[in-house]
Amino acid sequence: MIWYIGRRLLQMIPVFLGATLIVYLMAFYTSGDPILALAGDKPISPAVEQQLREQYNLDQPVLVQWLLYLRSVLTFDLGVGFNGRPIWDQIAAAFPTTMRLAIIAVVVETIFGVVAGVISGLRKGKLIDTTLLMLSLLLIATPTFVLGFLAQFVFGLQLGISPINVGRDPSWVNLMLPGFVLGGVSFAYVLRLTRTSIAETASADHVRTATAKGLSRGGVVGKHILRNSLIPVVTFIGADLGALMGGAIVTERVFNIPGIGTLLFSSITAGEAPMIVSLVTLLVIIFLLSNLVVDLLYGLLDPRIRYAK
Amino acid sequence: MPSDAPATRRPRSEHWVAPLEETPLQAVDAADTTSTPRSLWGDALHNLVRNPVFLISALLILFVLFVAAFPSVFTSQDPRYGDLSIANQPPGPDHPFGTSRQGYDIMARTFWGARTSVVIGFFAMLGSTLIGGVMGALAGYIGGWFDEVISRVTDIFFAVPLILGAIVVSTRLGEMNLWTVIAVLSVFGWTNVARIMRGSVISTKSQDFVVSSTALGASRISVLLKHVVPNAIAPVIVTATVNLGVFIVAEATLSFLGVGLPTSSVSWGGDISAARDALRTQPSMLFYPSLALAVTVLSFIMLGDAVRDALDPKARKR
Repeated sequence: MIWYIGRRLLQMIPVFLGATLIVYLMAFYTSGDPILALAGDKPISPAVEQQLREQYNLDQPVLVQWLLYLRSVLTFDLGVGFNGRPIWDQIAAAFPTTMRLAIIAVVVETIFGVVAGVISGLRKGKLIDTTLLMLSLLLIATPTFVLGFLAQFVFGLQLGISPINVGRDPSWVNLMLPGFVLGGVSFAYVLRLTRTSIAETASADHVRTATAKGLSRGGVVGKHILRNSLIPVVTFIGADLGALMGGAIVTERVFNIPGIGTLLFSSITAGEAPMIVSLVTLLVIIFLLSNLVVDLLYGLLDPRIRYAK
Repeated sequence: MPSDAPATRRPRSEHWVAPLEETPLQAVDAADTTSTPRSLWGDALHNLVRNPVFLISALLILFVLFVAAFPSVFTSQDPRYGDLSIANQPPGPDHPFGTSRQGYDIMARTFWGARTSVVIGFFAMLGSTLIGGVMGALAGYIGGWFDEVISRVTDIFFAVPLILGAIVVSTRLGEMNLWTVIAVLSVFGWTNVARIMRGSVISTKSQDFVVSSTALGASRISVLLKHVVPNAIAPVIVTATVNLGVFIVAEATLSFLGVGLPTSSVSWGGDISAARDALRTQPSMLFYPSLALAVTVLSFIMLGDAVRDALDPKARKR
């Protein structure tokens, strides 16, 4: 087990290095000089330009710049953005909101997705199963921003039970609707995964034995079907956490929520290269860690899986 | 056996032999030994044409393709002609879906928008499948350190979500057009194809017919192209079909974020995001392009589902 974790952590290192390098190059170098882009149409004095270049290590060769950046990440000293505000403070201010949003989305997709998936899987081929399957397909086919607009239209304008724009320091209640929207697509995937898994387990030998020896239907479903069929679902939900942080860009923009997604998007449009790199690095770290946790959970949930040394 | 059941009474004393028509061997005699059994693809096709999901999605896709090719069949209005004097009209005889805030005919915009989405979805699918297919096939076939390197590169791109990478690059590229959007989506969207191709090639290359053709002296490249890839491509085709829908969604999302196609182009994503400011006054601006987008993406996802079921005999209902 220890060996396995160690090997996985080692494998993460090249991925982490490569992803940050790509993002660094994309943010700083895809179109010309970032400092000249920062200055815009106004001429910039050579002294200011020189000072900015030194501050952001842009006078160094590219690879050295990237290594210096990595050092600043590893020492949690992210410095200040082009706009003069400390990067770490801005991230710390925006992070809790996005975390709340992601938690709501995960809870929504887990509870509703598993319940609907169990119903669907146990009644495979029946009307309710077909209905839920069609609903899940519709949700997958509808882009998140369209879902967000529709939710704003129905729940905000027609029913008036939820604010259209969330604004500063949002409460859990105000984040409910955006959370549902963010979790919508994943809900559909959880439903489909649970359904397939339940339907497969329901025809397994041990389930037939349990039914034959006279266990109640509830007992069979709870003890023998559910427990054995939730493994792929748990792994999906874990891996989804990283994806949700990225999906927050769209949801937060639809509902005007001041979280990580909004911060990232405004940094991208403003050409705030230092901030972009820091945020994307954060997202990549969350993504990699949640995938590692999923891999480890897999072994805990299913004793048949043994990790190779 | 109940006494009245058999229609022909069997004489008890003699040794009785059933007539040939009643023996189970009849099925063996009836089996056609002259024709070859159906191939994987023939079998898949045989199942597909009996699958209502496939028929519905194929019809929808044909319809969307027809609209994309000949939008003027469905609407006589010019999608780029905005007349402010007729802006924000509700659906009526002249404009069946109403008009937008700029006085565009929403019906014309919805039908002409199909072309943008279909072209971007198709070529991004093609581009990403080419990149991912080549990477995955080489990694799986060659193996060793080469596989390690390609797999890590795939992991790196996999860790940067499609939309995120596309936004960062799009903003820096400046004004986007059809082809730059396709390029950006292909560059960030090939990873799942590569992973599936690699896995499929690895499981195919150890099969007997591949081993034997290598043993017979066929060159590595011809074994890869003639035997491995054709037999490993099925799951990739499924993924590519679903990806087509994913790319259409991604294009619309980029347009919504304002980093995709310029607002002067006719695209569902752009139109839906313009509808945001008119939620109160003109909901049909939101409704029709959204419906068109959802139906198009839905039909590609359903097609992918149906093809996967048809190609995977194990998943089929017994």
